[in-house]
Amino acid sequence: MSSAVATSPAALPAHGRARRPSVLTVYRWELRKLVSQVRTYVGLGLMILLPLIFVVFESVRHGHNRAGNIFATEITQSGLATPVLMLLFMSGFFLPLAAALVSGDIVANEDGNGTLKTILTRSVDRGQVFAAKALAAMTYAAAAVFLSAAVATIGGIASWGFHSVRTFSGTVVSAPEALLLVFAANAVYLIPLFALAAIGVLLSTATRNSAGAVVGTIGLVILLFIVAQIPGLEGIQPYLLTEQFQAWQGLLRTPTDWAPIAHAAWVCALYGVPSLIAGYLTFLRRDVAGG
Amino acid sequence: MSDTPPPVKARGLVKRYKDVLAVDHIDLNVRAGDVYGFLGPNGAGKTTTLRMALGLITPTEGTVELFGRNPLRHGARALEGVAGFVEGPRFYPYLTARKNLQLLAALDGDGAAGRIDEVLEIVELSPRAGHKVGGYSHGMRQRLGIAAALLRRPRLLMLDEPATGLDPAGMRDMRALIRRLAGEGITVLLSSHQLPEVQELCDRVAIVDSGRVVYEGALADLRRQGGAGYRLRTSDDKRALEVARAQPGIEHATAGASSPQGEHGLSLQADEQHVGELSLALGQAGVAILALTPELATLEDLFFRLTEGGNGAKPQAVAVG
Repeated sequence: MSSAVATSPAALPAHGRARRPSVLTVYRWELRKLVSQVRTYVGLGLMILLPLIFVVFESVRHGHNRAGNIFATEITQSGLATPVLMLLFMSGFFLPLAAALVSGDIVANEDGNGTLKTILTRSVDRGQVFAAKALAAMTYAAAAVFLSAAVATIGGIASWGFHSVRTFSGTVVSAPEALLLVFAANAVYLIPLFALAAIGVLLSTATRNSAGAVVGTIGLVILLFIVAQIPGLEGIQPYLLTEQFQAWQGLLRTPTDWAPIAHAAWVCALYGVPSLIAGYLTFLRRDVAGG
Repeated sequence: MSDTPPPVKARGLVKRYKDVLAVDHIDLNVRAGDVYGFLGPNGAGKTTTLRMALGLITPTEGTVELFGRNPLRHGARALEGVAGFVEGPRFYPYLTARKNLQLLAALDGDGAAGRIDEVLEIVELSPRAGHKVGGYSHGMRQRLGIAAALLRRPRLLMLDEPATGLDPAGMRDMRALIRRLAGEGITVLLSSHQLPEVQELCDRVAIVDSGRVVYEGALADLRRQGGAGYRLRTSDDKRALEVARAQPGIEHATAGASSPQGEHGLSLQADEQHVGELSLALGQAGVAILALTPELATLEDLFFRLTEGGNGAKPQAVAVG
């Protein structure tokens, strides 16, 4: 190893009070790590592929009306019906799956690989690392939602045009307004998805097992769907996290129905906030012995 | 006496995993400027102790302070001026070495990013800095671990088995680097089970066995205590043995000891004063001394005596304040 270095690190002046990095710095690096991993693109690739398959499929079978949903019957009338139908289709499983893939992995993977100890022996506190990881997991969930919406919107408009669309209430909204509503509906859908991501981060922190945390997160979604179907348990149905996956539909009514959105906000807070607090406390106190 | 807190001060450290006592009331005293060997067989509790020192795991009992700061109480602030790795350095395999260091520098702040080229140069990884760490050899990762540590401009470097898995040339280079860093004033805490490495690099040691420190102090003191021996060749070894055994202060006098050169003679243990008295007694007995050579016990002898209860008396543990 080189001995020709004029100024060694030890020879540099010893620091007094070192300037510490912020949560934002740690968060930016969490995003860079995500961007550098193949796994990230598998999830996002699915979010691109599914809307594309949908658009191609509907283009091929055009002229055949779909029944059961007003947006389904509108599919060939306006390209803006496509992102609504895609959100309806993907909100129950595929988008939660994408959120679970990263949130369940984000702590446990680093623990298993030993890189958690690498970053925890630098100048950042555990709380900063946890906050950055939780934020990154939620950012990924948001990216998956908006990527899917963007592909569906572009694909739909390219196939069937930028036209006005009929809402769930039967009233017609202009194309620009419909586009805004599509964006807002996806934003509202993030409320339960963030709560699910918080649960994923908790499982990732507590189980230290990446696969277990991912499967556990998506398994919870399936379990809640099953619970919702059990006769006699209708009373708890409004308080199930999975029921909040449809709250965004309130935006696509005239006038806007805010009640399901407000309900989803506090129900999701009941799932998400304790999960984040529990994850944070677990992360602060846990032994890091992996890798 | 300086009022500056010592680089590492551990008191009564205990780590228990259910029924397993991994670390059993360990005290450590690493002074500024030490190259301190933390020596013990695999599973002795070295890595667990280092993890506690770096705040990665919580002690069941006891405290550890780095420059007077407790990692559990002061968090990342306790690690200011401290760097190193435990159980081998770990990096993101999908990032290049430079990106890994950029990430770590971002987490260090304090201008660490500006030192990346410098530390890559020190560990001679500049030409491979653009390659993903996933394709690095074990030795390159060890060197990158040192580079990552140096980014922090450490005053205390904690290295856990830095030469393990390296080829002979890699080991030589790693030792040369550690020696050079120590020469520049960095205190080094070197955990190792490689005796030649510790013997070559360290001035003070703690020997740990089954979770307990069985010796802490200067390496030279340990070797003196454990085996201030002499090899003796005379004109009449049989008569010399009788004289030696009768002489007070002479211990473990045995015949037939052979030197590395294949010469036979006696071996014995004694301090300088008693050896002098022996030489006079041999002269009075008409035995000529042909050669009298002092022999210090090797670290290997002492290590096995301390950790496996081998032949010979155990050296006394040295209490250091």
